[in-house]
Amino acid sequence: MTASSFAARWPSVLLLAAVALLAAFPWLGAAFYTELVTKIMIMAIFALSLDLLVGYTGLVSFGHAAYFGVGAYTLALMSPKAAPASLWVSLPASMLAAGVAALVVGVFVLRTRGIYFIMVTLAFAQMFYFVFHDTKLGGGSDGRYVNFKPSAAIGGFEPFDLGRPVQAYYVVLLILAMVFAFLRLLLRSPFGRALQGIRANESRMRSLGFPVFRYKLAGFVVAGVLAGLAGYLLAAQSGFVNPELLSWHQSGNVLLMVILGGSGTAYGPIIGAFALLLMEELFSSLTRHWQLWLGSAIVALVLFMPGGLSRLHSRLRARFLS
Amino acid sequence: MAALRSSRSARSRSPGRIRRVDLASFLIQLLNALQYGLLLFLVASGLTLIFGIMGIINLAHGSFYMIGAYMAFALSSLTGSLAWAIVLGVIVSVLLGAFLEWALFSHLYRRDHLEQVLLTYGLILIFEELRSIVIGNDVHGVAIPALLDHAIALGPTLTYPVYRLFMSGVCIVLAAGMYWLIQRTRIGMMIRAGASNREMVESLGININLLYRLVFALGVALAAFAGMLAAPVSSVYPGMGTQVLIVCFVVVVIGGIGSVRGALAAALLIGVVDTFGKVFVPEYAGVAVYILMAAILLWRPEGLFRRA
Repeated sequence: MTASSFAARWPSVLLLAAVALLAAFPWLGAAFYTELVTKIMIMAIFALSLDLLVGYTGLVSFGHAAYFGVGAYTLALMSPKAAPASLWVSLPASMLAAGVAALVVGVFVLRTRGIYFIMVTLAFAQMFYFVFHDTKLGGGSDGRYVNFKPSAAIGGFEPFDLGRPVQAYYVVLLILAMVFAFLRLLLRSPFGRALQGIRANESRMRSLGFPVFRYKLAGFVVAGVLAGLAGYLLAAQSGFVNPELLSWHQSGNVLLMVILGGSGTAYGPIIGAFALLLMEELFSSLTRHWQLWLGSAIVALVLFMPGGLSRLHSRLRARFLS
Repeated sequence: MAALRSSRSARSRSPGRIRRVDLASFLIQLLNALQYGLLLFLVASGLTLIFGIMGIINLAHGSFYMIGAYMAFALSSLTGSLAWAIVLGVIVSVLLGAFLEWALFSHLYRRDHLEQVLLTYGLILIFEELRSIVIGNDVHGVAIPALLDHAIALGPTLTYPVYRLFMSGVCIVLAAGMYWLIQRTRIGMMIRAGASNREMVESLGININLLYRLVFALGVALAAFAGMLAAPVSSVYPGMGTQVLIVCFVVVVIGGIGSVRGALAAALLIGVVDTFGKVFVPEYAGVAVYILMAAILLWRPEGLFRRA
């Protein structure tokens, strides 16, 4: 094997190694780290859903936390006080609720473009924030507990128990893999091609006869449904919901993950989620002023390294292989 | 705007006011609406100019409001006078604006919106953390200058604080000044020309970089000034910048990007909707301005005062 053919193959080798590491992780780390990685994988699902909009459709949504929060709150509102909700009922309900929210918001926000779109998505997310923050619906600013993890029991048979961290880990890993595969298939389908066409040249797509608005709306709803899925998983894992799930910081952080990892690249959002949250875990224990360093790093990244980490990786590869 | 809002909602929760809206209390709410709207206009006008002329989305604009309020707190306890604090604060914020434009924003003009969002998001984190290091995370009050610390009677039992009237008056003077600057002066002419055609202005030999720096510094100073003016009524607290930022986005969306006149109309509209929303439907008032925005988006997606 020549050096260059190995180098051309090393991303897939790396991918295989990463998957193997993730699959074996609960047997390596302590319980705390298992739960941390579970949370990171949930955020990776969230970031993947946003990348469908930012990276592939060219829609920079700054309010994606709204659908994440709606998914989380749906579980909290459906959970009885003294018994678990059924996973098979509450999970589809969460995704449906997030999808409906995205549909309603999408009808408004997709009438705008560019800077307007960024501001309007942010404003609508803030509206959802206030709905949960100011009204009694979800317990106001204190939020609400999910006392019991959703139960996966069908009749007497229980395939897995989300109350056990290791089992929850593998369920989330499986869902992450499914979401990843689903998005790959979706982007290869004619529908996904049309979304990417809209990103490249919207007016050409329109003159080719594509109903651009409906395509964008469908993409917006799919992204919302997947964000709702991630929100559901986070609420199930953490056991409580509060309005901060829908805050604009949440929208900003997930956008940061997407851009940090490289938007419009297959693994970018997952890499971004791991990079950001692991750095946060590491540095917030070392310094009280982690936000200052994060902020400075972001500013430096934009000024000196346009395109994010995975674009950097492809640039480096291009340099060393040519 | 939580503190602005909470100070006003505490006011509207006082007995009798919600149940029986008589003329005097209606007038009070109208004055509150005007004051809130005008203050929003000060912040939003800089934002809309920066959008319109430089094509930059600046998430950190709310931070300048926050910085202004904190400067009012720190400098007025240092100098003992809010007036001196404001004078010093305006000078500092003009310098800060010019510096940021030179060091950071001038590199963003030809970039994607995405990268602008990212960089200005990073700036918010930096400003908030610096605020926490320098001043801390407590809520602080700023004293109203003794000269303006009165109330005037608006009926047998109702009074209205003079400082709020003063705030509205200052905002009106500033709005008029901006109108004069943009419509009647040579610099204003360049600003308007820059907003409609950047390349043409450059080729006419106008130093566009200097113009950009000027507009940016002006925007920063306006936002910081609004924060300083609001500090005595709203108090000074972490996160105040981002709240005002999001409402200002709504102002800019409703008014139309780049339109100062639109920002004024939209800010006043939001002032009225938000203030009277607090009186009549307190639980849903937080949502009211966004519903207004949604309605306007359906009707005119480009905003009320759309540029051709």
